[in-house]
Amino acid sequence: MTTRRFLIALYAGFTAISCSMAAQVAVRVEPMTLQTTRPLPDQTRAAVIRDYLHAWQGFQAALEQNRPELLEADFVGTAKDKIADTIRQQGVLGIRTRYQDRSHDLQVLFYSPDGMSIELTDKVEYDVQLVDHDKVIATQRESARYLVVLAPAEVRWRIRVFQSTHD
Amino acid sequence: MRSRFPLLLSGLAFAAAHLAFGQGTGMSLPKTVEAGSAFSIQSTGTGKATLYIIGPEQVLKRDVQLGQAAFFPAGSLYNAGRYTAVLAQESSTQNGSLDVLPASKPVDLSFFAKPSRLPIGLHDGITGTVYLFDTYHNLIPSSMPVSFELSTPSGTVQKRTVATREGAAWTAMDSTSQQGVDRFVVRIGDVSSTRIIGQVPGDPCGLKMNARQSGQQVELVTDPVRDCSGNAIPDGTIVTFTATYKGTQSTIDQPLKHGIADATMRVHAGATLSVASGVVMGNQIGWNK
Repeated sequence: MTTRRFLIALYAGFTAISCSMAAQVAVRVEPMTLQTTRPLPDQTRAAVIRDYLHAWQGFQAALEQNRPELLEADFVGTAKDKIADTIRQQGVLGIRTRYQDRSHDLQVLFYSPDGMSIELTDKVEYDVQLVDHDKVIATQRESARYLVVLAPAEVRWRIRVFQSTHD
Repeated sequence: MRSRFPLLLSGLAFAAAHLAFGQGTGMSLPKTVEAGSAFSIQSTGTGKATLYIIGPEQVLKRDVQLGQAAFFPAGSLYNAGRYTAVLAQESSTQNGSLDVLPASKPVDLSFFAKPSRLPIGLHDGITGTVYLFDTYHNLIPSSMPVSFELSTPSGTVQKRTVATREGAAWTAMDSTSQQGVDRFVVRIGDVSSTRIIGQVPGDPCGLKMNARQSGQQVELVTDPVRDCSGNAIPDGTIVTFTATYKGTQSTIDQPLKHGIADATMRVHAGATLSVASGVVMGNQIGWNK
C-alpha cells in the first residue's frame, strides 16, 4: 500500500472516530525513516497509529475527569505513572485540564529488531483549557513534538513513553 | 462530557479567552528549563495572582505576588515536556509556554535483548535495543554513543558502538560456535545493564549409528551426538530409529541419554535401518543377517 493510500485509509477510519467527538482531527502520516532492518508491515503500522490516536482520547478523558483508571487501556509503565501522578496533583489542587487535539503529523522512527517496541514522533497541535474548581481560567493553543514509544500488549499497542520535546 | 469541550472551545468563551491573553505581557518565562533545575518566573504589576504551570506530565499551582519573581526550587518541575503557564488574576490572565528538557546525563536505561536462548552459529541472531533515560526517567533524545558487548565463556567478545537516535539504539550480534551462557552488556558512561543469553547446540551433525545382533533382535546405538561445532546435543533430544522392510516401517523414538541413544528392534534380513533426529538424517545400514 502506498503512503498516500495508507494515509487516506487511516484518515477515513479516524474521521469516523472523530465524528463522535464532535471535533475534526487532522491526521497526517509522514513516510517512514526506519533505522532498523526489520520491516514494518502496513497492518502493524496502521495498528500502531490507530492505537496511538485512540490513546489521546483516553488521556484527554483521564485528565479532564481526574480519573487515572482511564489510562489503563492505552498507557503502561512510566507514561502511565507520570500522567496518573499529574491527575493526582490536579485532584489535590482542585483543577482539571481539557486537552483537545487538532492535528497530528506522525512519523515512525524506529521499529526494534525484536518487534517489541516502536518509536514515533508526532507534531501535534492541541488546545489546552485550565479549569480551577469548575471555573474556566484559560485556554491556549499549543504545538509540540511528541516522542512516543509503544509496546505490544495483548490486543493493542500501549504507550510506554509519552513525552513532548523541544523541537 | 467530551462533547461539551469542543463546543466550549468554539464558542464565546474561547474568543473571550484569546482576547484576555492578548492583554499585556505581565509574565516573563524561561523558554526552556532542564528537568529538575531551579527556575523563576518574573511577573509585572501589583496585587496577587495565581500562577499555574500545566502539562500532561505535571501540574503546579502557586499563589504569587505580582511584581516579584516566583522562585521554583530544584526538583519542582522534573518531567520533560511542553508546559503552559497561566498567570491568573480576578479580571485577566496572561499565559505562555515553556519546555522542560531532559537532563543530558543518562542514569537509567531500558535494555531489551532477544532471544534469551538460541542455537549456536546464527548470524545476527541476537538483538539488543536500548532506550536512555535521565534521573527522572525522561527519554533523552540527544544523540550519544552506546556500547554493546557480547562475551562468551571462552573469552570471545563482540563489541559495537552505536549512536542513539531520539533516545534509542540497537544492534545485532552473532551467536558463536560454542554453547554456554553469554553476557550481553550495554553501557553508556558508568551506567550499564546486563542480560544473559543461553547458546544451545545446533542441530545434530554427522548422526551415525551402529547395529549388532543381540539374540533374536538387533541392537542399534548411536555415536555420541554432536552439532557441527562439536557441542554435545542435550540429553532428552529425540532420536528416531527406523527399520524398513518390503514397504513396511517400524520406528522407535528414544531420547538421548549421556549423549547417545539406543534401541532394540526385531529386524528381518534385507531390511534397511536408518536413524534421524528432527529433520536431520543419519546413516543407513542394510541388514542382511
